[in-house]
Amino acid sequence: MANGLVENLRRLPTNFRESLVRHERPVTDRSRSQAVFTNLFLHIHSTRTYVRTLAPAATGGLGVAALSFFAILTATGIALMVYYTPSTEIAYASIKDLHYVVPTGRLIRNIHRWAAHLMVLSVMLHMCRVFYTASYKSPREFNWVVGMGLFILTLALSFTGYLLPWDQLAYWAVTIGANIAASPRELTDALGITDSFDPGGFQKELLLGASDVGQQALTRFYLLHVIVLPAAVCVLLGVHFWRIRKDGGLGQPGQVHNAAGKGVEDETPRSPDVEGEKSFGLMAIVHGTSPATDEEPGTTVPSWPFALRAELLVFMVCVLVSVLLGMLFDAPLKEIANPAVPENPAKAPWYFLGLQEMVSYSAFMGGLVVPAVTIVGLALIPYLDRDPTEQGVYLHGRHSQRIAWQCALFGLIASVLAVAVPVNFGWLRTWFPDVSQLVVIFVNPGSLLMAAFAGWSIVVLARSGSTRRSAIALFTCFVVGFLVLTIVATFFRGPNWEFHWSQATWPVH
Amino acid sequence: MSDRLAPEPLPRRDVLGLAGLWSAAIAIVGSLIGMSRLPKPSVLPESGRRFRIGRPEDFPEGTEEVLTEEKVLVRRTPQGVAAISLVCTHLGCIVSKDASGFGCPCHGSHFGRNGEVGGGPAPRGLRWLEVTQGVDGRLVVDADREVQPGTWCEV
Repeated sequence: MANGLVENLRRLPTNFRESLVRHERPVTDRSRSQAVFTNLFLHIHSTRTYVRTLAPAATGGLGVAALSFFAILTATGIALMVYYTPSTEIAYASIKDLHYVVPTGRLIRNIHRWAAHLMVLSVMLHMCRVFYTASYKSPREFNWVVGMGLFILTLALSFTGYLLPWDQLAYWAVTIGANIAASPRELTDALGITDSFDPGGFQKELLLGASDVGQQALTRFYLLHVIVLPAAVCVLLGVHFWRIRKDGGLGQPGQVHNAAGKGVEDETPRSPDVEGEKSFGLMAIVHGTSPATDEEPGTTVPSWPFALRAELLVFMVCVLVSVLLGMLFDAPLKEIANPAVPENPAKAPWYFLGLQEMVSYSAFMGGLVVPAVTIVGLALIPYLDRDPTEQGVYLHGRHSQRIAWQCALFGLIASVLAVAVPVNFGWLRTWFPDVSQLVVIFVNPGSLLMAAFAGWSIVVLARSGSTRRSAIALFTCFVVGFLVLTIVATFFRGPNWEFHWSQATWPVH
Repeated sequence: MSDRLAPEPLPRRDVLGLAGLWSAAIAIVGSLIGMSRLPKPSVLPESGRRFRIGRPEDFPEGTEEVLTEEKVLVRRTPQGVAAISLVCTHLGCIVSKDASGFGCPCHGSHFGRNGEVGGGPAPRGLRWLEVTQGVDGRLVVDADREVQPGTWCEV
């Protein structure tokens, strides 16, 4: 008995290891494959990965970067929750404590802030990469839609996190955001039906739980920020990754998908010896007596360790960048929220500034209609553009590249005009003081810009007869418009949202 | 009797199974819809927005006083007393007085001296709030009650 126990104890490490992982050391193709697909966390990968998928230029690692920042945000966010208290009375003080008293609190808050910015940035760049390599095409249409959902959730996470420090910036950004939610009132007021039909007021009340930003709003935003939205992101991320596998991994050059929507070569990479046959997992890669086993499948490599190594590299770079930024720059914290005195100028974070620029024309059009139409339009791109196009290549074909440059130029001119005309000559109310409010709501630089972009992509469609080129036109215009409005709002808007070439000419208070 | 032997288009077993499945689905969705009523408060958790601003004598003719806390401008003219809300009708920032009326710091809306829209994105003029005189003679502003611009409380 006693001997048996001693023997069991002696063999405990071995037995435990063998119960934990049921494969050899991952040194052969076989055991490497097992390492991937017998592991719950790794089996999201295929056992083999295309060499090209791992080339840095193919993806820029942007999707993995976005995931890495989400992981960093989750870890630092949980740490911050230890001390942060979502109460209007002590929220600001608890952030101050985190900054000045809590060991490493300052660094962790800084990392949380910069990782949030970087996550938004990498999600946006990832979307551009997927678009310009035509990777949204069949069979990956639905994953593009899931990606749009993740994009919206990322922005929502960032916006809800904004209120939590309860400083001036937080208070006024959320006041503005809640009133954008209430902005259908512009329309219902102009039509005189607000008393009986008030969707704007309903949305605002749902968001704030009161008529002004206060404790109720802070509780709701905290709930959204720490539970609801992260949980939704996790679910959508799971779907997103699962669909990548099911849709055949990264789009590869040479894969042209026909308009019927069925992929031609969209299978997950397998060893060549089982092409077209039934694969029974391991048998696909096992070394044995099958005639093709000695052939090296040159286009693929085992995911363990190659794909994992690449992902780890991206993750480490993301950690490094966030930590460095966190050490070098403090996350901003303004004075404590003061409901009586707004910030001047009250600027949202950079990725909302394009929106804020449009809101300065009309809250309803700029804050709700234009963003909603843009998001729906982007989500529908894979269903409107069914052209067979080579995937995995940036802007395939010289013609597409020329279209992209033309559209970048058109988008630049149109968006600069949309800002320059109102700045220099005023807008409808300056010209016709008695103009109807409905006209002012619908005819503003933001909605005209959107109409110009949509019109331009229809012109491209008519001239080239290609929906892919039309999609390139629309997307390029959108990106350029976003950039121009963001830059204008960031650098050239001063107090009272007036245009200033530099901060040096801001009026002194 | 013969049609009992003929194959039914949808087997009875499946009908029961599907009915069970759909009832479960309706029950789950129904409960979720019921729960979604919760976040809309039936009573807003905030104090009343009626406030006393003082006696008519505190505002001699020609005065214009900004009450920062209450976010109103109190104006006294020979016609009476009026209160103009300083909350911008665009997105809720607080406007401040300038040479020709009121300007909003957030998105550049501009209003004339009587709160009428002068420029920028504001969809409508600043709200004029109801001013009444209480039994004790003090003036009361009700921020929840809007009146036509140009309505004065005679004192």
